[in-house]
Amino acid sequence: MWMSVEVNGHIYEREVTEHWTLLRFLREDLELTGTKDGCSAGECGACTVMLNGEAVNACMVLAAEADGATVETIEAEAVDGELSEIQAAFARNYAVQCGYCTAGMVMSVRELLRLNSKPTVAEIKEGIEGNLCRCTGYQQIIEAVLDVSGQINNGTRGGLKYV
Amino acid sequence: MSESTISSVATHVGDDVQRVDDAAKLTGGAMYASDLVFAGMLYAQVKRSPHARAKIVAINTSKAKNLPGVHAVLTGKELDYRIGLYVVDKDILAKDAVRHFGEAVAAVAAESLDIASRAVDLIDVEYEVFPPVLSQLDALDENSPLVHPDLGSYDYVKASFSPQPGTNIPNITKIRKGDVDAGFAEAKWIIEREYTNPSVQHVPLETHVAIVEWKAGDEVTIWSSAQSPFTLRDLFCRAFKLPHNKVRVVIPHVGGAFGGKAGIHLEPLLACLSRKAGGRPVKFQATREEEFSLLPCRSALTYRIKTGVGADGRITAQKLLMYWDSGAYADYAVNVTRASAYSAGGPYDIPNAWVDAYTIYTNKPWGTAYRGFGHVEFFWGLERHMELVAQVIGMDPLEFRKKNLLKPGSTTLTGERINEHTGNPLKCLEAAAKAINYGRLTPEEEDRQARTGRRIGKGIATLHKAPAMPSFTTTAAVIKMNSDGSVVVNIALTEIGQGTATVVAQMAADRLRFPVSRVKVAVERDTDKDPFDWQTVASKGLLLTGNAVIAACDDLLRQAYSDAAQVLRAQTVDLDHDGEKIFVKQRPEESVTFAALSIGYVYPNGNGIGGPLIGLGRYTAQGLTSLDKETGQGLPALDWTYGAHGVIAEVDPETGEYTVIKIASAFDVGKVINPGTMRGQCIGGMIQGLGTAQCESYIYDDQGHLLNPSLTDNKILTAKDLPEEIECIAVETPQLDGPFGARGVGEHPMISVAPALANAIHDATGAELTHMPVRFEDVWRAIHNKPPIDTWTTKAPAV
Ligand code: FES
Ligand code: FES
Repeated sequence: MWMSVEVNGHIYEREVTEHWTLLRFLREDLELTGTKDGCSAGECGACTVMLNGEAVNACMVLAAEADGATVETIEAEAVDGELSEIQAAFARNYAVQCGYCTAGMVMSVRELLRLNSKPTVAEIKEGIEGNLCRCTGYQQIIEAVLDVSGQINNGTRGGLKYV
Repeated sequence: MSESTISSVATHVGDDVQRVDDAAKLTGGAMYASDLVFAGMLYAQVKRSPHARAKIVAINTSKAKNLPGVHAVLTGKELDYRIGLYVVDKDILAKDAVRHFGEAVAAVAAESLDIASRAVDLIDVEYEVFPPVLSQLDALDENSPLVHPDLGSYDYVKASFSPQPGTNIPNITKIRKGDVDAGFAEAKWIIEREYTNPSVQHVPLETHVAIVEWKAGDEVTIWSSAQSPFTLRDLFCRAFKLPHNKVRVVIPHVGGAFGGKAGIHLEPLLACLSRKAGGRPVKFQATREEEFSLLPCRSALTYRIKTGVGADGRITAQKLLMYWDSGAYADYAVNVTRASAYSAGGPYDIPNAWVDAYTIYTNKPWGTAYRGFGHVEFFWGLERHMELVAQVIGMDPLEFRKKNLLKPGSTTLTGERINEHTGNPLKCLEAAAKAINYGRLTPEEEDRQARTGRRIGKGIATLHKAPAMPSFTTTAAVIKMNSDGSVVVNIALTEIGQGTATVVAQMAADRLRFPVSRVKVAVERDTDKDPFDWQTVASKGLLLTGNAVIAACDDLLRQAYSDAAQVLRAQTVDLDHDGEKIFVKQRPEESVTFAALSIGYVYPNGNGIGGPLIGLGRYTAQGLTSLDKETGQGLPALDWTYGAHGVIAEVDPETGEYTVIKIASAFDVGKVINPGTMRGQCIGGMIQGLGTAQCESYIYDDQGHLLNPSLTDNKILTAKDLPEEIECIAVETPQLDGPFGARGVGEHPMISVAPALANAIHDATGAELTHMPVRFEDVWRAIHNKPPIDTWTTKAPAV
């Protein structure tokens, strides 16, 4: 079907395969490959994007459902090459390892902070529960969220203890 | 130039340096193999066997071939190539026999994924189905069907492995130290128990993916999510009898690997499809479901441990029997067996030891390398056993461990003498125990217990591991100076998330005395452009590549000093340098910048001298030997990284439900290069270890069908599952031959988490857990003395 969608501030008009998900549309048609596919089944959160301002798993939404909608992806998070505050906090707190979960994580954190500007640790865990990360063990991601919401400063040596 | 001139001023090593790759990864700009698309690219799909053991009677591909958009269809019959890392036992596509559920029997390349999927559905396969061999212990039975009747005719690496033709055993590794009979005779107590682990999945967030192009003239290019480009190239070339200079392997960013991407996987199949499709590039990415059974897993293990203990609490002898479930192919499992065998007793001083470690074929997806390389599995049994032995002899488990720990002067199972520079397991154990207030409950914990009605228990466990690698493992680094005096480092150690690029940049910056911003570590790996590295595995990268990078920096500086000596009319011993320039020590105003020397120095009149500054560094593991096949004696260990975990758990004594209150872990890393990335590696491993401990497992029915190939049915931990508190502690006993004193810690955080957890639960409830994972119902069973569920095979659902 023919659809029109605003992605990261640009209007795209495209013929889209009806059974394609928004994730395939973004990655394969628009070549916005920053959003990742970890399962295609709504289990991992790697594909999280903002649809009309709310976080969704792009693999669980048909592209056709985004007709007329506004979509934001990781590609729009940094402005003119400057990392956003969330991204900078991830970098400061070593919250990135392989990076495959990162786009989805950043989107979920953005959603969390939109709804709650000073989340507790429990609320952060809840907020990113749908985003699997196999590398970091989540701790430094949680610290990045505490950091960007002004609640901690991990100081030097990345929180490592020495004996 | 005297040797002392080139010294390191540590300004980055040990300090906070942000990851060099985080901007690319945080903005979506980092390209992974799964993101790559090429002109003319085709998409592959495979037909997978629904049976665990079957004969392929016939395959009809005609309907698939006729589907518009299909460019190549292949079956095993057309492919006469075999692959295998240590035992060459795997066809590219199953030929006559299917050996595990999910095995590929046919493949298609088409213009789109949708067409390829439809074509695969149109392939008809006729099978004659046989009852599978599922338990590795059953597979040892004389009357068991053979998974590989032709084992005797397979090629294998003779220096290290011992296949037993006519059986299901592709390898036995033996270790013999001292005299175990005498050791048991001396013992006051002899305790024998058996411990088991099921198979589990690596679950990298990026599933396996590759694109292969095989053009006319045998020009092959492979883009892959593989961990080890040179090993991939080597195995590929051996299978197809191609010279190495015909095959190029490129590795972009990799979305997690954990050992599962260490060997060779679908690249040969995609190559054959490409060749058949006229040389068009062919891409395949596994679905999450395929990741569980088309691709390999971690082997299951049954570990039988018999320990003799003297009246003074010292271990006198240990007999250790390992039964590794290799699944359908030998792949890394034979080497997991070997590496586990020589490490099998843990960081303890065992005067008399006997290890027989078997790798055993079964009709299940095959086992491969997985973070820890066997140690996560056998330390489950070993560190549970230490706990149970301490209980039997009436000694505190911490005291019992301390009494038996390796110390300077002790020898390992293979006869290696430990010294004070090897690392300090005692310091790790004490740090972990202290961090959880081991042996007592704090007043807050007493309160909490009273409030919740749950019991709080504390457990500890030790660990050690050395890289499992050939004795002659080698690597190289090249460092090239740009005309502005910045540098680019080329290595073939891949960046799979572990932070290699960042620590290499830090080490190079300090060795050169440059700011880290002037050092770039190239992102992509490319066998045509990068210097050799064996593999990105085994926690050996930091030590070997680190040393090669230091040597490369020194080589570059030597060239720069030599050119500068000419320009400054001095001898190299008269010179020194800072981050910008080389100068005469006595008169620093006489200097020449690195930028001016970088691509050859030019005199005012236009004369040029010197040339591009390019440093080469090599490093080979020093002094290691093969192991004697009968006794296992020799020197296999590049370095030993020791560690320990402490866990506080809170358990409902009725239901077996529990939560993890705290995990605290200490590792002797020699020298912390980057505290933030080290802590990240450690916590990541600790939580992966907790996943293995708490919930992860393959579950089969009695016909060998995998029942839980998804992240819904095979859960990994989420943020909500984290312990309330996580603490990571560094111990720094310098490794004398390590770069800046450092040794690797990539795998270690995952090892022994499971027994530390089970020991805490044991402490709280007395539950004698011997089977992993430790789900709530397993704790309930153990508390109420019900037999454990240990086979992870359930009855097939009635049809
Ligand atoms: S790819 Fe969408 S949730 Fe995993
Ligand atoms: S950083 Fe690798 S999955 Fe999160």
